[in-house]
Amino acid sequence: MLTTFLRTVALGVRSLLLHKLRSFLTMLGILFGVASVVAMLAIGEGASEEAQAKFLELGSTNVIARSRKPSADSDSSAGMAARNARGVIYGLTFKDLDVIRGTISGVERVVGVRSVLKPTAHGSRNVEARLSGTTEDFLDVARVEIDRGRFLTTSDNLRRANVTVIGEEVRRQLFPFEDPIAKHIAIGGESFEVVGTMRSRGGASEKNFEGSDEDKVCFIPLATMETRFGFIDMQRSAGSRSTEQVELHEVRVRALSLDAVPDVAQAVRDVLKRLHEKDDVEVIVPLELLRTVEEQKRIWKAVLAAIAGISLLVGGIGVMNVMLATVTERTREIGVRRALGAKKRHVISQFLVETLVLSTAGGAIGVFLGIAIPFVVEHYADMKTVVRWDAVGLAFGISALVGVVFGLYPAMRAASMDPVEALRHE
Amino acid sequence: MTVSELGDRTDNAASAGGGAPRGEERPVILEARDIRRSYRMGGNVVHALDGVSFKVRQGDYWAIMGQSGSGKSTLLNLLGCLDRPTEGAYLLGGDDVAQLDDDDLAEIRGQRLGFIFQSFNLILQLTVLENIEVPLFYQGIPAREARERAQRYAELVGLGGRTHHRPLELSGGQQQRVAIARALVNEPLVILADEATGNLDSATGREILGLLDQLHVQGRTIIMVTHDPSIANRAEWVLRLKDGKIDRIEPGGKHPEGVRVPESH
Ligand SMILES: Nc1ncnc2c1ncn2[C@@H]1O[C@H](COP(=O)(O)OP(=O)(O)O)[C@@H](O)[C@H]1O
Ligand SMILES: [Mg+2]
Repeated sequence: MLTTFLRTVALGVRSLLLHKLRSFLTMLGILFGVASVVAMLAIGEGASEEAQAKFLELGSTNVIARSRKPSADSDSSAGMAARNARGVIYGLTFKDLDVIRGTISGVERVVGVRSVLKPTAHGSRNVEARLSGTTEDFLDVARVEIDRGRFLTTSDNLRRANVTVIGEEVRRQLFPFEDPIAKHIAIGGESFEVVGTMRSRGGASEKNFEGSDEDKVCFIPLATMETRFGFIDMQRSAGSRSTEQVELHEVRVRALSLDAVPDVAQAVRDVLKRLHEKDDVEVIVPLELLRTVEEQKRIWKAVLAAIAGISLLVGGIGVMNVMLATVTERTREIGVRRALGAKKRHVISQFLVETLVLSTAGGAIGVFLGIAIPFVVEHYADMKTVVRWDAVGLAFGISALVGVVFGLYPAMRAASMDPVEALRHE
Repeated sequence: MTVSELGDRTDNAASAGGGAPRGEERPVILEARDIRRSYRMGGNVVHALDGVSFKVRQGDYWAIMGQSGSGKSTLLNLLGCLDRPTEGAYLLGGDDVAQLDDDDLAEIRGQRLGFIFQSFNLILQLTVLENIEVPLFYQGIPAREARERAQRYAELVGLGGRTHHRPLELSGGQQQRVAIARALVNEPLVILADEATGNLDSATGREILGLLDQLHVQGRTIIMVTHDPSIANRAEWVLRLKDGKIDRIEPGGKHPEGVRVPESH
């Protein structure tokens, strides 16, 4: 039974090799259909996984409010521009932090963060790092881990201590060969004692939401930051200088549970809307973004399914067309085989197997190409791709199905020929 | 191995034929009883065969002759189970095959009949050996056994050294030899040949006829449609068709002594 099948397959291959170019061209339809589906699925899957990882990174129970510089447009038209001699004032304030903390229920932590870029140096080595002022509970609302030493404490903030916890990239650049713990580094001209180092957040999360390097960071107590550096930040851009005043860049609110996230998000939005007439804060809800990504993924898959369907239909029609021509061309062979004892089902299986060989060979090469394309894309376009094996299996299975569906009619036509007529055929 | 050195197969056939006496004691293996075949052509009906009866005994060599359109091909197709008679009975090895369905007919063709065609009809993508194997494949004979048998018959027809050639690499005569080996490989009751030498030059044709003669001598049953009067000299019986009816049955050149002309109608 199996050997009969294998012999039929071998025969099919031989018959197809008789017309190499024709067989190859016929295969192309299925080949490109399968390859494009596998490749597009891998790229889509990679993109959504990357997006999901970014949003998960932000914490799925978090609601994050961020300061946003209002556009010049709304600035002038509203006439509300809080502009003073020193520059633009905008964004989250300590008042916002207190109101959120005091009025919203279902909240586990509310943590404020102030972030500015500061030159950071140790001896002759220096690096421009992000300086983040925050409190000890930042650890609870962000996916950061201490590698060595400790994180900031309550007393660091109370004492306004000059202590810092440095990210992996800062450690690597300032202390390539030394132990940084208890060493002093200069941040924006002030001396800070290194009390801890962070574990690298490398991999997919290497770049955060804004594309800055999550490992190139120094944490200091928020109170220390306020005392040493104030709220005014100098901006240099295209030769001109401007200053801006932002109290807090980010307020992270952690809900008690996933279920509480929507209510907390709504409450945070309401509070901020009340306190900010300008459009100078935005609220990011990772959970909502995740849902959006999932929705996009569903749509992407539906679109792909449609493309796959159409391209495989076109490929299938090509296969059927060629097989019908083959059957006509080989009418005499069919008659001879029937005379020599072939039953209808033998003829059907012969041509069906031939179509199957054609379509699954196209499918197999297509799968191979479909896996190779994302591989190339990943290397040269710096995009993450994920080849899912169930998708590969499905694409290949569909190519085989196309072979059966579009091979059946030509095969039946071959089998239904009258042996006498077939033998007389020129 | 050559035809004259034929092995087991011939001995079996000979013993089955009861010592192969060339007479009426040999069993009837094929019998047409008043078979008719008509075609409907638009309004009118064409009677391609109009009541044909005759018996073929094991080991017989028949030539079917007649003018073009007399029904020779129609008759051979019926005898070959490629077609079914409109009326009448056709007994092959004791079974009435006139009423069988398509699958049964295919099985009978594969097991009991061997075909030799005018245009050889080899399958071009297969080698000589594979062509000879085709009938065995459809009977589910294991690959190894099929290969051995095909090899034996390739040698029998003198093509033992060409088994891996493709048909188009062979001469017409060699191709027809392959076809003969293919017709023999399933050890059929009857070999049916339709103008087997029609596409060959006369020398090659004589060679093929010589091969058939030898097969006949070894006990095989042959029925051959032909235009060539000289073939009548090689056959035991000549059946002449005219307008779908048997005109007459006459003894051929090889007609065995002392056997009377069989009753036909
Ligand atoms: N498929 C067919 N349809 C209609 N008429 C046919 C068909 N096959 C044969 N005939 C007719 O049957 C008669 C006998 O044909 P055939 O057996 O081919 O004769 P021969 O082989 O002796 O030349 C002819 O008149 C032919 O036209
Ligand atoms: Mg004819």
